[in-house]
Amino acid sequence: MTLWLAIGVLVVGTYALKLAGLAVPQRVLDHPFTRRVSDLIPVALLGALVAVQVLADGSDLVLDARAVALLAAAGMLALRMSFLPVVVGAALVAAVVRLLF
Amino acid sequence: MTEPTDRRIIADSLGVAVPTGAYGISFGAIGVTSGLDVLQTCLLSLLVFTGASQFAFIGVVASGGNPFAGALTALLLGTRNTFYGISLAPLLRLRGAARLPAAHVVIDESTAMALGQDDTRSARVAFWWTGVGILVLWNLFTLLGALAGEAIGDPRTYGLDAAVGAAFLALLWPRLTTWHARSVALVGAAVATGLVPLSPAGVPIIAGGAVAVLVGLLTQKERAA
Repeated sequence: MTLWLAIGVLVVGTYALKLAGLAVPQRVLDHPFTRRVSDLIPVALLGALVAVQVLADGSDLVLDARAVALLAAAGMLALRMSFLPVVVGAALVAAVVRLLF
Repeated sequence: MTEPTDRRIIADSLGVAVPTGAYGISFGAIGVTSGLDVLQTCLLSLLVFTGASQFAFIGVVASGGNPFAGALTALLLGTRNTFYGISLAPLLRLRGAARLPAAHVVIDESTAMALGQDDTRSARVAFWWTGVGILVLWNLFTLLGALAGEAIGDPRTYGLDAAVGAAFLALLWPRLTTWHARSVALVGAAVATGLVPLSPAGVPIIAGGAVAVLVGLLTQKERAA
């Protein structure tokens, strides 16, 4: 019963947190400062997302097949390959690295 | 009508949705071994639908902790979705009731894919296809994982975890045209990496992003002066 109640609290709370961000009034969003910040957010957030996705294993930092795959992805992007081939190529590189080592 | 650009964005979105959704297998398998039943595990994926929070919740439950402590930990992690919503709002320009279903699919990947686009139309296509694509696949694979357990194997064997990092890098790449942008991205990555061992999951992303935005604003001012 406690478990079900906790799940209920989690469901309602998570949704409320998600909705709160989208419900910010338009007048705040149109402010010049908000615009400057929202230009910077994608670069800042994607930088952080890449790092955590590739280096974090729980609360440990590890260099493994994901880092090799990321380097391969950077190489493919430098060669102007498009999004999907880069994503699939990176997965293949990681799979092969894990198979070999 | 689907324009060629839309079709490309849809394909890219599914390219992120498939590897991310496949991770539902791990969640389903770990959920049932943590003491939850199949129904509870599947309801978490359907109704909570934000991976890090779900894993945090079952982690606390599995270690014998109070389920409410688990819910609190999971909710703290979920606060990053509020910040995602704030960044998405001016881009998606959703009004009224459209925000209700949209809120449910505000997660790491749908946010990243939407922020990677240049205009509202493209951002909406990327947001919905990534978000709903993951919602469907994440739940299918959760059920599969909960029923079959570890028998199916670890998604990491197929390099699926590396695919998502590469996707985020591919979204970031076209924006790294100036030294200012490159420094902001590097600061975000460095701060997030430094915080991984020091803070609970989810915090490094938001903190790294926040510090990088701040540094970006300050260095812009200096240049203007």
